[in-house]
Amino acid sequence: MNAIQSALHPAGDHAALTARLFHLFLSVTGFFFLLVLVFLGWALWRRDRGGDNERRLRITVVIWAMLITAGLFGLTIGSYLTDRGLFFTGAGEEPIRLKVTGRQWWWEVEYSAAADQSQHIVTANEIHLPLGRPAHIELVADDVIHSLWIPNLAGKQDLIPGRPADLELRPRQLGRFRAQCAEFCGLQHAHMALDVVVETPEQFAAWAAKSRQPAPIPQTDAQKRGFAIVTGSQCSACHAITGTDAFGTVGPDLTRVASRFTLAAGELPDTRAWLDRWIADPQAIKPGNRMPKVPLTDAQRHDVVAYLETLK
Amino acid sequence: MSELRFVGDAAALPDHGFGARSTTWWGVVGFMTIEGAAFALGFAAYFFLMAHERQWPASAAPPDLLWGSLTLALLVVSELPNIWVKRAAEREDLAAVRHGLVIMCLVALPIFVTRGVEYDHLNIGWDRNAYGSITWALLLMHTVHLITDWVDTLVLAALMHTRHGQKGRRFVDTSENALYWHFIVGSWVIVYLIIYWIPRMTA
Amino acid sequence: MSRVDGPDFTGAPLREALAKTWSDAPGFWGWLTAVDHKRVGRRYIVTAFVFLGLGGVLALLMRTQLARPESGLISADRYNQIFSMHGSTMMFLFAVPVMEAMAVFIIPLMMGTRQIAFPRLNAFSYWIYLFGGMFLWIAFLLNIGPEAGWFSYVPLAGPEYSPGKRTDVWAQLITFTEVAALASAVELITTILKQRAPGMSLNRMPLFAWSILVTSFMVVFAMPAVMLASSFLISDRLVATQFYNPAEGGDALLWQHLFWFFGHPEVYIIFIPAVGFVSQITETFSEREVFGYPLMVLAVVSIGLLAFGLWVHHMFATGLPRIGYSFYTAASMMIALPGGVQIFCWIATIWSGRPRWETPLWWVVAFIITFVMGGLTGVMVASVPLDLQMHDTYFVVAHFHYVLIGGAVFPLLGAVTYWFPKFSGRLMAEPLGKWNVLFSFLAFHLTFFPMHITGLLGMPRRVYTYPHGLGWDTLNLVSSIGAFLFAGSVLLFLGNVFWSLRNGRVASANPWNAPSLEWKPSSPPPVYNFEHIPVVHSRSPLWETDQPVMPGLQTDKRELLVTTAIDAVPDLRDASPPPNGWPFFAAIATTMAFVGSIFTPWAVIWGALLMAIPLIFWFWPHDPLEPKPEQGDE
Ligand code: HEA
Ligand code: HEA
Ligand code: HEC
Ligand code: CUA
Ligand SMILES: [Cu+2]
Repeated sequence: MNAIQSALHPAGDHAALTARLFHLFLSVTGFFFLLVLVFLGWALWRRDRGGDNERRLRITVVIWAMLITAGLFGLTIGSYLTDRGLFFTGAGEEPIRLKVTGRQWWWEVEYSAAADQSQHIVTANEIHLPLGRPAHIELVADDVIHSLWIPNLAGKQDLIPGRPADLELRPRQLGRFRAQCAEFCGLQHAHMALDVVVETPEQFAAWAAKSRQPAPIPQTDAQKRGFAIVTGSQCSACHAITGTDAFGTVGPDLTRVASRFTLAAGELPDTRAWLDRWIADPQAIKPGNRMPKVPLTDAQRHDVVAYLETLK
Repeated sequence: MSELRFVGDAAALPDHGFGARSTTWWGVVGFMTIEGAAFALGFAAYFFLMAHERQWPASAAPPDLLWGSLTLALLVVSELPNIWVKRAAEREDLAAVRHGLVIMCLVALPIFVTRGVEYDHLNIGWDRNAYGSITWALLLMHTVHLITDWVDTLVLAALMHTRHGQKGRRFVDTSENALYWHFIVGSWVIVYLIIYWIPRMTA
Repeated sequence: MSRVDGPDFTGAPLREALAKTWSDAPGFWGWLTAVDHKRVGRRYIVTAFVFLGLGGVLALLMRTQLARPESGLISADRYNQIFSMHGSTMMFLFAVPVMEAMAVFIIPLMMGTRQIAFPRLNAFSYWIYLFGGMFLWIAFLLNIGPEAGWFSYVPLAGPEYSPGKRTDVWAQLITFTEVAALASAVELITTILKQRAPGMSLNRMPLFAWSILVTSFMVVFAMPAVMLASSFLISDRLVATQFYNPAEGGDALLWQHLFWFFGHPEVYIIFIPAVGFVSQITETFSEREVFGYPLMVLAVVSIGLLAFGLWVHHMFATGLPRIGYSFYTAASMMIALPGGVQIFCWIATIWSGRPRWETPLWWVVAFIITFVMGGLTGVMVASVPLDLQMHDTYFVVAHFHYVLIGGAVFPLLGAVTYWFPKFSGRLMAEPLGKWNVLFSFLAFHLTFFPMHITGLLGMPRRVYTYPHGLGWDTLNLVSSIGAFLFAGSVLLFLGNVFWSLRNGRVASANPWNAPSLEWKPSSPPPVYNFEHIPVVHSRSPLWETDQPVMPGLQTDKRELLVTTAIDAVPDLRDASPPPNGWPFFAAIATTMAFVGSIFTPWAVIWGALLMAIPLIFWFWPHDPLEPKPEQGDE
């Protein structure tokens, strides 16, 4: 089993705190469950049933109520401390800031350092985070409510139109995790996932530096033909590619599309074959998604894929 | 079960009673509570939306005061015949109840006029923004209650003028109908304050 | 002069007179116009079980799809409609109505009265419920079933993202159930508070009556919220109001607050009647009064009150003010105290009683184990930090099926077994019943226990499919196998019901030696319920040797005894209206108005006029549609 989307396998401070709290809850509630089972079993099978038991029962019920109160008190304190912990994790350190926008049915991801436009990175369906550094994620929804949930790193937070929100986390383990939209958002809610890549600060810096570059220039003839199609009206109406005339905002930014792990919000592996099939008929693969089937000849499509393949 | 033991005698009991003694009262109060809860939640929604807005009323002038206040005045005045009918019903004074109910039917007519004009003086369309929507919704909710109770009163007035009017239970119905009118008047006081005065206090 | 019952008018002649007075009309017309609470209640129950079956079939479809990863059996669009229909059907057409239905049947008998208060309203309520349910299901089969889940969050359910009529259908279904539930609530409150047998002061009232009383009050305060919410929704969709549109000052969270202000109490509206079933069953089969009666009453009342303060625990992930977190947590978990005390009292009753191992008690045991597990996971999700991990995952799906099925359906099946003699005159088959409990219990846990783990392993709810390799495959397969077994156990139960209707052992008036009044008349009870109105001196009247009665009600007119609200002192004689066709026609007119309003707002106005006619006739004494005009309204 691959625990890359699991609340039981924490890989960040926030998730670790809640996992610990879960174990506290599990033990306390387990204890009460056992008490109930024992009492029930005894009540059903006890032999000797004479005598006036009312007084004994009255005392016991008071004890039971006190026990429950104590248990609840303990659990509330536990929750409170966890809450506090969650709030202060990473306080004081300058977090990495990014913005995630939920769209039907994919995620737009933006990194920006201050007002410096050249530092701006736009990508989709993929978050890169440096290990150990707190991250502050601004959450925005454009259409309906979505919810960003990276179980290995932190609890979820809804993205509600008209209500900006944020999420904090701090990864403690290298690797690739999977996040999934957790609020029902329509047809393809099931296929609205996101890859989260936790890397060393150096790797992250390298990735960021590369991502700030404009898209590579097409080299071969096929790539050039593909470039023309993509930046012509057919694709650029919806997609943007930095450094070209494609400025569309309806679909994911394609500047680095070939460097991502998956296509179409976690739906497909990012391989040439899948890219080809996706463009051939996106509706067959992810029915209802907002990308139409664009009429291209097979040859044209191969050129497009050839070009997209260079966007690393 | 041959040795039945009989205690008491229901036959000696009256066949109607007013207020909380009657099941009718519980029915009417039950529905008043339901509608009261709906109004209360409508008010809550109003303030919830308001809390979210920087400016209230949003992109509009507050509703004009005149017609809503007239409605309020007329409703308050209508309480006089209403209280009178209620007392007459509890005295089981058929002649007075008959007159009173007719008066109640007529008293409502000018209220419908002022209410109708109110819609024209809200200074906002229901589809303009959320402020407009909630304002219209509250006014509409109240209007629906007004109409319903008026139709009830019409039916009751007709009924009391037939031979059925002589039955004691019909007096109970009259009394509970008057109780419902209290609710109409009372709820308007609050709706009025919210629709007409809150926007003035915050503008 | 009309005759009243009494020492000189009793026995067979009395029974004949009462039967004549209280019978519904014969034939099809009589069927349409029936107002006898037992007939209406039975219909209500049967209809609700049909919806359970339909909702269950949808569940099986979902489980078939989810049995394997990347399964392509059901399209996304179809799946979304299926789970929305499953949730809406189960909550609005099965769970809430079935509890009301049981109460409509049982409460008047248990209170020692001849008829429910406002019987025509009761008949109307049933018809509205039936038409609303049919409307939803016909729409679903026409591919215009709801698609945004049982709580239809905006903006997904708003005009922009849910074009077409699907969400309108959902919103109007809410209006239907609304009307039906509110009507029953008012009837039940009035019946419980005003028609109790003389001497049955509040502190002698059976616990089931308490739980129905509390439930009905909760309906009165909670249902208006969803009525308001769905009216706002439908007007946003149909006449372009802006309640939920953030671009025009509206707010998507307004919907969530209004919905859950209803939705949270709703789950206790389902659960509290079940608590009442459990109390009655435990009492009868332990052969002692429930231990800690005042505590039980206090627990039910406090659950009812607390329920109105907790709605935000469904909204933890929306970003509530951080300051409040621990407060919400504590408030939500507090309900474990009355919950736990109740559990204790039932077990204590068994412990100190002489338990008889009959099937209903088995259901109670299955209930206790399952419900406690569901309650404890409820306590987990009540903690804000934990819920942020568990919210909208299969962990929550597990939680609520444990409490809904373990906490409400198991007691319901126990209650059906228990009161079966009152419904049908016969007992359900044994030992099949006991095997059924065991089978249901095991299949249930097989289905839903794995969902806790799937949820923690990251599986969100409401996904029509999931990728292979995240550790969810086997668990889902097990759940799906369990679901079919569980459906089998429900079928077994229904089979037992059908078989027993014809072949069950004929039951005496009180086959279980139960203490409460519904067991006094024969099984099934005659149309008039009681020959003479019983008088009560204790909490367990049928366990007393002295069972006096009060004479004096008229026998040639439908007359009821009205008592005072607290002490149940006889106060008035009240008329109970005879059967009448207008509730049926009013329901038809109402249905036309509700359904029409989806297509044009004008239908509201025409519909209101159309509704006014039958309503006026309904209340008008002596109308031509009364099957037996000679009875009069008095
Ligand atoms: C019959 C219905 C029913 C009942 C009785 C309950 C009972 C409880 N529920 Fe549940 N709930 C639902 C039906 C129900 N619920 C449904 C349908 C949903 C989902 C809706 C949706 O999203 O579709 C839901 C969702 C839900 C949520 C939101 C989860 C989410 O969406 O993220 C929460 C959060 O607080 C919650 C909490 C509780 C609690 C604290 C109880 C408590 O009442 C439980 C109390 C009982 C016990 C705790 C057991 C007995 C006590 C003891 C043995 C004493 C010892 C215990 C301790 C010391 C802890 N429920
Ligand atoms: C009382 C309420 C209730 C009940 C009884 C059930 C019963 C079941 N539920 Fe459901 N469920 C909900 C209330 C309920 N549910 C709610 C509120 C939701 C949330 C919906 C939402 O997200 O909007 C939900 C969601 C839900 C999901 C999550 C879907 C998703 O998020 O994608 C799943 C998945 O497994 C599920 C499964 C089941 C199963 C297997 C049963 C089984 O117990 C079913 C057993 C089968 C039967 C009872 C049928 C047996 C009878 C026959 C086969 C004969 C047919 C006869 C006639 C037609 C007369 N339910
Ligand atoms: C009308 C808008 C529209 C047009 C035209 C369009 N796309 Fe898309 N595209 C989208 C949307 C929306 C998505 C995201 C779909 C999803 O995952 O739900 C997408 C996704 C993609 C992806 C996957 C991106 C990723 O990172 O997951 C690729 C590659 C892509 N489109 C390529 C193309 C190409 C090539 C063309 C032209 C031949 C094209 N698109 C035309 C809207 C469009
Ligand atoms: Cu986005 Cu679910
Ligand atoms: Cu809740």
